[in-house]
Amino acid sequence: MVERYLAPTTLDEALKALAAGDATIVAGGTDVMPQSQAGRFKLGRTLVNIRRVAGLQGGAKEGDEIRLGALTTISQLREDAFIAKTLPVLAEAADHFASVQIRNMGTLGGNIGNASPAGDTLVPLLVLDAVVELRSAKGMRRLRLDEFFTGPGKTKRTPDELITNIFVPAPKPGFVARFAKFGTRPALDISAVSVGIAGIVKDGKISNVRVAYGAVAPTPVRGRAAEAALEGKTLDAATLAAAAKAAQGEVKPISDRRATAWYRREMIHNLVKKVLADVAHG
Amino acid sequence: MSLTVEIRFTLNGSPTRAAVPPGLTALAMLRDIVGLTGTKYGCGEGECGACTILVDGLSVNSCLMFAVECDGRAITTVEGLAADPANDRLRDAFVEEGGVQCGFCTPGMIVQSKYLLSQHPHPSHEQIRRGLEGNLCRCTGYKKIIEAVAKAAEGTP
Ligand SMILES: Cc1cc2nc3c(=O)[nH]c(=O)nc-3n(C[C@H](O)[C@H](O)[C@H](O)COP(=O)(O)OP(=O)(O)OC[C@H]3O[C@@H](n4cnc5c(N)ncnc54)[C@H](O)[C@@H]3O)c2cc1C
Ligand code: FES
Ligand code: FES
Repeated sequence: MVERYLAPTTLDEALKALAAGDATIVAGGTDVMPQSQAGRFKLGRTLVNIRRVAGLQGGAKEGDEIRLGALTTISQLREDAFIAKTLPVLAEAADHFASVQIRNMGTLGGNIGNASPAGDTLVPLLVLDAVVELRSAKGMRRLRLDEFFTGPGKTKRTPDELITNIFVPAPKPGFVARFAKFGTRPALDISAVSVGIAGIVKDGKISNVRVAYGAVAPTPVRGRAAEAALEGKTLDAATLAAAAKAAQGEVKPISDRRATAWYRREMIHNLVKKVLADVAHG
Repeated sequence: MSLTVEIRFTLNGSPTRAAVPPGLTALAMLRDIVGLTGTKYGCGEGECGACTILVDGLSVNSCLMFAVECDGRAITTVEGLAADPANDRLRDAFVEEGGVQCGFCTPGMIVQSKYLLSQHPHPSHEQIRRGLEGNLCRCTGYKKIIEAVAKAAEGTP
């Protein structure tokens, strides 16, 4: 039962509210609201609406990193000129995310906090080598995104911590990252599977390869076998086929109402090929 | 005793106050507390768009929004759009093109179309389709709605 509602405007106030305990963080509310209405998510005694906290919006270059504020909306990821130029893979993922109305409300921090294996920003962020910045009244720490998720809806975040920013290394020359998701219809569909691939493409060869998959495991995951099949290779038909096979072999999806395990493995195979072709074309 | 929060916001241009439980949706507040029933409850989970409203000019699903989050914001519902003659062209286009059948999706469609036209005053058919991707209609087959929005955009400066 909610006994208190807070809408802090500064980070300090927000962290103090979380330090007091039994608080539910609400950003866009697009996960919290339906999950709490359906009884799948119990609201804490205090509802902390972080939407008005200053300084957690948008993207900017800071040194050799790019900072993305946790309150950046999915619409902003899709339309922001700086993001389109520096991290187009995030704009690509945002373009296929839910609907206009949900993109206007939903946030990057909420997508990470919700920790769905199908979260559409998570696969691109994994291939971008993202790091999550967490703050609490006690201090700040950074965790690599590929070590942050521990299960569906579960992360290493402690209840008094707020996701404040996401950092990704500023892309080096030749860096390419692409993403594709597969669902049963274009809009308002949770990914049945998704694939992200990044690397530095030079003279037709790819290096520093990152592969990640969505909706094939309890969390979004890196595809180490596909990465190994690609590292240092020329992006020709044989490499594409080998990487797609490696991907198909390493994922362990489940069957649910969105797709069977067999179908998901087939789709991973085909999506890896498609995304690699996109990467090869820049 | 259950907690309510006092909020103040602008509703269709008028200063408004309401006392709302923190877990309440903006949709339930509009319909059950304020008494504006133009905004519809279709699915209650963000899938259908029948509950679309504008918040500080951005379209959102009011069924996914906490009522308390309206505090300090400018909310526009279909009633607010209907009261403004600037929107007559949009309404007339829906009527003339056959974009309304049972009418249940219409308030959400109109509000979302208004938002779409604010983003793209001269939208292509593809932009209209993408702009309305979060709004379901059981009756029209969408074609007439798309034509209605295209017609409303015609002659717009
Ligand atoms: C109809 C529908 C369609 C959808 N389609 C998609 C889709 O295509 N792809 C997709 O990925 N998702 C989809 N979603 C899920 C949802 O919209 C996204 O996960 C969105 O990014 C959540 O952001 P939010 O700000 O609304 O999160 P909220 O609901 O506010 O929060 C989500 C969770 O994260 C926590 N949280 C939020 N912000 C922070 C923070 N800064 N620090 C710590 N914890 C935080 C909250 O406590 C909560 O547990 C869909 C949802 C609906 C209802
Ligand atoms: S009632 Fe809100 S989207 Fe269906
Ligand atoms: S006119 Fe009936 S749902 Fe659209």
